[in-house]
Amino acid sequence: MRPSSNNADPTSAQSAKSVAPAKSAMSNTVLRQAFIGAFRKLDPRREVRNPVMFLVEVGSVLTTVLFVQALLGRGEAPAKFIGQVSAWLWGTVIFANLAEAIAEGRGKAQADSLRRGRLDTMAKRLHRPDRRDDYETVPSQKLIKGDIVLIEAGDIIPGDGEAIEGVASVDESAVTGESAPVIRESGGDRSAVTGGTRVLSDWLVVEITANPGETFLDRMIALVEGAKRKKTPNEIALDILLAGFSIVFLVVCATLLPFSVYSVAATGHGAPVSVTVLVALLVCLIPTTIGGLLSAIGIAGMDRLVRHNVLAMSGRAVEAAGDVDVLLLDKTGTITLGNRQAVAFLPAPGVTEKELAEAAQLSSIADETPEGRSVTVLAKEKYGLRAPNIQGTNVTFVPFSAQTRMSGVDLPNREIRKGAVDAVKAWIGGATGGTDGGAVPGAVEATVVQIAKDGGTPLTVAVRDAHGARALGVIHLKDVVKGGIRERFAQLRRAGIRTMMITGDNPMTAAAIAAEAGVDDFLAEAKPENKLELIREHQQKGHLVAMTGDGTNDAPALAQADVAVAMNSGTQAAKEAANMIDLDSSPTKLIDIVEIGKQLLMTRGTLTTFSIANDVSKYFAIIPAAFAGIYPELGVLNVMHLATPNSAILSAVIFNALIIPALIPLALRGVKYRAASASSLLSRNLFIYGLGGVIAPFIGIKLIDLVLVALGLS
Amino acid sequence: MPSGVLESILLLMAVVALARPLGLYMARVFQGQRTFLSGLLGPVERLVYRLSGIDPTEEMTWQTYAKALIGFSLVGVAALYALLRLQHLLPLNPQRFPSVGPYVAFNTAVSFVANTNWQVYGGETTMSFFSQMIGLATQNYLSAASGIAVVVAFIRALTRRESKTIGNFWVDLTRTTTYVLLPACLVLALVLVSQGVPQTFRASVQAHVLDPAAAPAGGSKAAGGGAGAEQVIALGPVASQEAIKEFGTNGGGFYNANSAHPFENPTPFSNWLEILTLLLIPFALPFTFGAMVGDRRQGNAILAAMLIIFVASAGFAIYFENRPNPLVAAATADAGGQPMSNQGNMEGKEVRFGPGISAMYATATTATSTGAVDSSHDSFTPLGGLIPMWLMQIGETSPGGVGSGLYAKLILVVIAVFVAGLMVGRTPEYLGKKIEPYEMKMAVLYLLIMPLTVLILSSSAVLIPAALAGISNPGPHGLSQILYAFSSGTNNNGSAFGGLGAGLPFYAVAVGVAILIGRFWMMIPVLAIAGSLAKKKIVPASSGTLPTYGPLFVGWLVAVTIIVAALAFFPALALGPIAEHLIMLAGGKF
Repeated sequence: MRPSSNNADPTSAQSAKSVAPAKSAMSNTVLRQAFIGAFRKLDPRREVRNPVMFLVEVGSVLTTVLFVQALLGRGEAPAKFIGQVSAWLWGTVIFANLAEAIAEGRGKAQADSLRRGRLDTMAKRLHRPDRRDDYETVPSQKLIKGDIVLIEAGDIIPGDGEAIEGVASVDESAVTGESAPVIRESGGDRSAVTGGTRVLSDWLVVEITANPGETFLDRMIALVEGAKRKKTPNEIALDILLAGFSIVFLVVCATLLPFSVYSVAATGHGAPVSVTVLVALLVCLIPTTIGGLLSAIGIAGMDRLVRHNVLAMSGRAVEAAGDVDVLLLDKTGTITLGNRQAVAFLPAPGVTEKELAEAAQLSSIADETPEGRSVTVLAKEKYGLRAPNIQGTNVTFVPFSAQTRMSGVDLPNREIRKGAVDAVKAWIGGATGGTDGGAVPGAVEATVVQIAKDGGTPLTVAVRDAHGARALGVIHLKDVVKGGIRERFAQLRRAGIRTMMITGDNPMTAAAIAAEAGVDDFLAEAKPENKLELIREHQQKGHLVAMTGDGTNDAPALAQADVAVAMNSGTQAAKEAANMIDLDSSPTKLIDIVEIGKQLLMTRGTLTTFSIANDVSKYFAIIPAAFAGIYPELGVLNVMHLATPNSAILSAVIFNALIIPALIPLALRGVKYRAASASSLLSRNLFIYGLGGVIAPFIGIKLIDLVLVALGLS
Repeated sequence: MPSGVLESILLLMAVVALARPLGLYMARVFQGQRTFLSGLLGPVERLVYRLSGIDPTEEMTWQTYAKALIGFSLVGVAALYALLRLQHLLPLNPQRFPSVGPYVAFNTAVSFVANTNWQVYGGETTMSFFSQMIGLATQNYLSAASGIAVVVAFIRALTRRESKTIGNFWVDLTRTTTYVLLPACLVLALVLVSQGVPQTFRASVQAHVLDPAAAPAGGSKAAGGGAGAEQVIALGPVASQEAIKEFGTNGGGFYNANSAHPFENPTPFSNWLEILTLLLIPFALPFTFGAMVGDRRQGNAILAAMLIIFVASAGFAIYFENRPNPLVAAATADAGGQPMSNQGNMEGKEVRFGPGISAMYATATTATSTGAVDSSHDSFTPLGGLIPMWLMQIGETSPGGVGSGLYAKLILVVIAVFVAGLMVGRTPEYLGKKIEPYEMKMAVLYLLIMPLTVLILSSSAVLIPAALAGISNPGPHGLSQILYAFSSGTNNNGSAFGGLGAGLPFYAVAVGVAILIGRFWMMIPVLAIAGSLAKKKIVPASSGTLPTYGPLFVGWLVAVTIIVAALAFFPALALGPIAEHLIMLAGGKF
């Protein structure tokens, strides 16, 4: 795995540029289209998919009929009252539809910007996988899996595929929002190309791996539009609960009619409760708030992922992310910065630090590896040493080779080497003619051992000059743990998520880095097949495991993991095995994904609690009002002192309708997530949404009642 | 201190003290471990298996378990029906009672097999000893044992990993009966005999009545009419039946007057003991649960949630019954009588018990789906009478019947965990088992059946003139009578509000149907959930897991219990007892 070139904040302008036009998401166009959509969704064939709102729609139709009847002078209640109830019931349905339409609209806005990148292009189809072969020009939509195409500089890649020949730089900004070109080449882990991206230089021969309509971009568009959104198991379970509540309330309201008929006969005054009031009571009691917002919450969850430049292949994967309790993280790029860096010069006895720094810098001038550069940088920062401009025929740079395991420089009067301690020892020994390596002082050896023990990499620096060959000291190279990562892991631990570091390092080094980064566990000297075993082992114990991968050899482990995030820069095999793709190819993205998953589930739970808690106050508003004629004594229950029975019922209905648009922003944004233990999250959410859900409507209904009285609508 | 408070406090202390050892003992029994009674009862248990050809090692899927349970119960219904219809041909019928009529026989057969014991007959004037002992008492044991078997299967399912089976119904039934119910009832019966409860095959004694006008109304019959110089006092094997009536939360009395009858419940101590024993197994089962799932905290949380609702309800009922009915007090004062403010509401209560502990009895019997009564619930104050009705309408979950109370509570836990689990950002799980659409479907089905049955049957009763004829009070109280009857039947409580003509064919059949639905249709979803949970893995707990113990979760579980019931029944209760109470306060009458 490679470090990311773009660890930018996902909400930054750069990544939002092409994929997530966040600012414009709630623009007037989106809203206008959402309004049209809200009305279009009134079609009962669509509404029936949401049983709660379908029930409200049926109630709306019924009260409309009663309203017409009342206008004709045969109403069960004043037309003004029935008309208002009916209007607000229609409002309830439309507000719920609006929530879904806005969520979909935001997705559509993103999809449109994606679609602009998918211009119908012409592809150069080769007969044989050979660049020099003849090609025919076909529309990209005609390409099927297995076709071989040639893409040259300036061409748009016609479909998802695998580079089988050539190297090219590709502009993938249409998909990732990242403007810096990336290299795609045949073989290895950078062979996957995405349809809609553009080759900037050179050429590629690509085998198409997706049929038209199934490409990455197509799937992405379908997902963000919500068109292909299937209900997740958890949504289905919640739907069942909400439908259950609705059925109970349907029967509660229906049986109130005979009960009230009985009561009228028993008391000899009043009239049986009217159908309008029963419908109003029903709509107030059934969980319309969560029922109306449920699908918007789901769509918004996907949308939030897209804003983080992550594509989920299913809503289920997003939920699973909330459940993950083990994170497998690659060391390099996720926990540590990409490369080891020099952090200290530890001189041998009798050598000053500056001497050592100077020698180390000289030996690293030609060393273009990140480690080598870090030595130069450290020498400059710590001792103000500027790399001397040494050039000329009498200067020979000795590059690193696997045989010598050293690099260095030969100057006219001295030779400097740096490298693994045993290699340097051998070099000194060879130079002095001896074999015992006695010129490496014990102190240096001790330093070397100490550094290795601490998880660092020791590089020994030696010189051979007029005084002979001797060791000058040790450079301490170290994996630099990313800033803030330790705190992040501590947060995850509080939320009950274990982090596990995967590294190819030896156990000693791995342990030291693990301790420094604060991960819970590590796997050292890991091979790809170890990852698979590790995941299986954890799953056997019931854990849900998330991991990130990019190489083809990660594919089996990705397929096994519960949440598998593939880097967009990774191979096609890795992407296919994963259930999410990170367009930024950022290794720390996994942590964001887990939080988004949790937030999605929390939003669902809190709004359900809120919705049901609301019913308490609605009973206090409606029951005394509905039976005021039969049992005026029940007026004691009118704790809100609502003006009249009709204004009480209307206020409850209006509150029930208005709470939906009032909560749309929360549904789209998601409730606030803090990494904290389950019990502290529960107490916080129960307090805000449970207790708040009981209290808020008492206040809301009372205020609406005051307004209704002031406007003379009661 | 108001009447009944001290006894109630002592009662609660005794319940909690005894429930723990009993619960842990039951856990050992249900897990097939050795107990101190194994040496004695092991051979009995093995004999039962050998005689009935049961392989105790056989494991059942939930479907097989449910089929065994329901098949066994249906055979029980048919056998009991036949026995009651044919009792005039059977032995042990010294009073020569005729065959029981078809409606009453159907209602009684269903009612006893379903652990409801809704009685539409007078025991001492309808049932032969053979019917009482072989018919009714046998079903008292078996219905209690099958309720416990279901919850044992459910708990077992929670502890198993990726298992297709949930245990063996015959083994659970046999072990519950032999190791738990029989020994407990033997002890209780002997203690009751010491208090004066009869245990004899003698049919009756003749007594010479000194003052015929003062002959007690219940449980005795004036012989020969006329001046009534002689009274026939019915006797029989009462103590043995009384014991299982309480321990098995059955509630079906030997006598018509149930525990208000001096031979079923002679002394204040026997009264106290009966409340204690009917509460004991339901409150012990949470301990059994905690021990079987290997986490005592889980059991304690459920116990706490049950206790909170129970204690609060008892407090309300005792409070309301300790206050006199203002209308009666006013009427007494108008008539120049003594003010009754110190006596509480004594209408329909036994003087030897008093209003407080009678309210406690009413709370306990309705909170546990027992349905035994030592006073007339119909005569309670409106709100005092609302408490027993409400305790049934929250689904008999605090603590509920033997077995049925705990599994009903666990269904509420599933709902509570589902919503709370989402609120902590995880897909919900309970004890490491994921709650998914299938469990939700079954749990919601379970929760729907009861309120739908009660509300639909009650509302049809108020529309049918033949049914309306059965109520004895007009106004909101009449509605309360009907609501109470169907709440009692559907929740398998079996207590009667009184005042309702329950023997009418409409009620005999409709309540019979309600009982059947409330018992077996609800057991099937419970077993289905058990089967599904047994198949799942157990997700290890972490700090991200919703803790299903501790004050926060207990409070949430209490809230869910109340909200689920209150939302379904509040409107109907408003038109019944709440309206009646408010009218009473306003001085209105019907």
